[in-house]
Amino acid sequence: MSAVAVDIRTEGVSAEPLVRVEDVHTYYGKSHILHGVSLTVAPGEVVGLLGRNGVGKSTTLKTIMGLVQPSRGAVVLAGRPITGLPPHKLARLGIGYVPEDRRIFRLLTVMENLRTGLDRNGINDDRRRALLDKVFTYFPVLAERRNQPGGTLSGGEQQMLAIARAMMLEPKIILLDEPTEGLMPRMVSQISKIVEVLHNEGVAILLVEQNVPLTLAASQRVYIMEKGTVRHHCAASDLSVHDPIIKQYLGI
Amino acid sequence: MGVAGQIFGAIPIDLIIIQTVNGIVTGMILALVASGLTLIFGIMDVVNFAHGELFMFGAYMGVLVFAATGNFWLALIAAALIIAVFGAVLQVVTLRPLIGRDPLNTILATFGISLVLQNYALWQFGPVARRIPEPLNLYFNMFYLQYPWYRILIAVLSAAIIGAFWLFLKHSKFGVWIRATTQDRVMAQAMGIPVPLVYTGVFALGAGMAAASGVLFAPLTGVSHTMGLDWVLKAFIVVVLGGMGNLGGSVVAAIFISLLESYASIVVDPSEAVIVSFVVLILTLLFRPTGLFATPK
Repeated sequence: MSAVAVDIRTEGVSAEPLVRVEDVHTYYGKSHILHGVSLTVAPGEVVGLLGRNGVGKSTTLKTIMGLVQPSRGAVVLAGRPITGLPPHKLARLGIGYVPEDRRIFRLLTVMENLRTGLDRNGINDDRRRALLDKVFTYFPVLAERRNQPGGTLSGGEQQMLAIARAMMLEPKIILLDEPTEGLMPRMVSQISKIVEVLHNEGVAILLVEQNVPLTLAASQRVYIMEKGTVRHHCAASDLSVHDPIIKQYLGI
Repeated sequence: MGVAGQIFGAIPIDLIIIQTVNGIVTGMILALVASGLTLIFGIMDVVNFAHGELFMFGAYMGVLVFAATGNFWLALIAAALIIAVFGAVLQVVTLRPLIGRDPLNTILATFGISLVLQNYALWQFGPVARRIPEPLNLYFNMFYLQYPWYRILIAVLSAAIIGAFWLFLKHSKFGVWIRATTQDRVMAQAMGIPVPLVYTGVFALGAGMAAASGVLFAPLTGVSHTMGLDWVLKAFIVVVLGGMGNLGGSVVAAIFISLLESYASIVVDPSEAVIVSFVVLILTLLFRPTGLFATPK
């Protein structure tokens, strides 16, 4: 790969987005899921990805994470083509992934779940402690339960753990897949708060959500998908919850 | 002893005690063989038919190092390390390319490896069994028997290796990686865990433990190219009874099976006592296919 030559561009030149998805086509077996999805996320930007169930939002995130391989198209991270790289390399390059079903390591304790992202080369003890302190400040409940198996946490706590776990990688971008799905209203507001905190820290977020008001409030830009492709793209402030476009593509 | 007493009725208590000790000693070696096997299955869904040959190769490696140095303990450590490296190479060359294929592919591959290794050993070392002398020539009186301390040492060493391995799984970075990958390999990758490397590492660890058990066992019956067969078969029974991929379950199952065979050989010929294990295996598969000693989840 021509990564070395391209890396120069990541220094400062703002024209290069953090993540660029270019005309990606993805198949599951024989079913064609993504029909040429293109989108970009700028450094530190929160981008919402809206659409009905089954239009390919989660698959888009999985394709970026390298969990499914596109048959056509490219994914570029900070100017470096990353299509075809294994997920563990992408995680080390700065992509954090919080999947829809959370995928907590249920038999591992909260602390061990965090260690899966924390035990990596080039991180010293001070940095580790600072990272842990940070997530334990944001999510005090995780500190309380640090020695409890992940599987014993409530749904909301598991969601916090999934986000905290991704934060251990100190990612440049977090792919957040339906973080508020099935959560109580109190938890939902806590999740939207953490999205804001991450944004203020300069972490980019690609947010897949069914909760339209939350997405519009949290994002700078939104993409609306239908049938495996992006149908609409605009600034989040240009849309309101009652916009005809929302009604058309999301049926609300 | 109460249960055994009821089953065997008129059998003298001293015989039962001797067979209990024998059963625990073989059980601990079996546990050492089986823990590698169950771990490999648990993490990569690979049924490793070559595991017995890694045990056998370990024993031969012990023979060679012992012949060169005269030091049993050096032979034990060297054999474990050499076979661990060998296991890593084997995994990279033969199993890594098959990741994601039908499990039947890996079964055939490991079966093939097993045949190749067995025949290589026959070609290289010949059909006559080799011997490693017991490193400890002390005996203690157990009823009418002069019982070798070495057997007790085997049990203690096997327990120590398994214990160390358990601590490694529980606390080390690689141990957390192994457990995370066993539970959810996709998410483990997404967390930056180099899953292919974890696979190779687990295979190497399993191979090293099999080799260590081979060397420990070698002084008892000698070393031959077919010595792995019995063990791998029993280890498979243990893995099924213990619940596939369950380390604690395998240890319990290994001791259980060995005790059972030990007691059975009081009343029947030892070569027939193996049948008891298969009966237990079949009953388990019929009535509790997730394993006799597995924690239900």
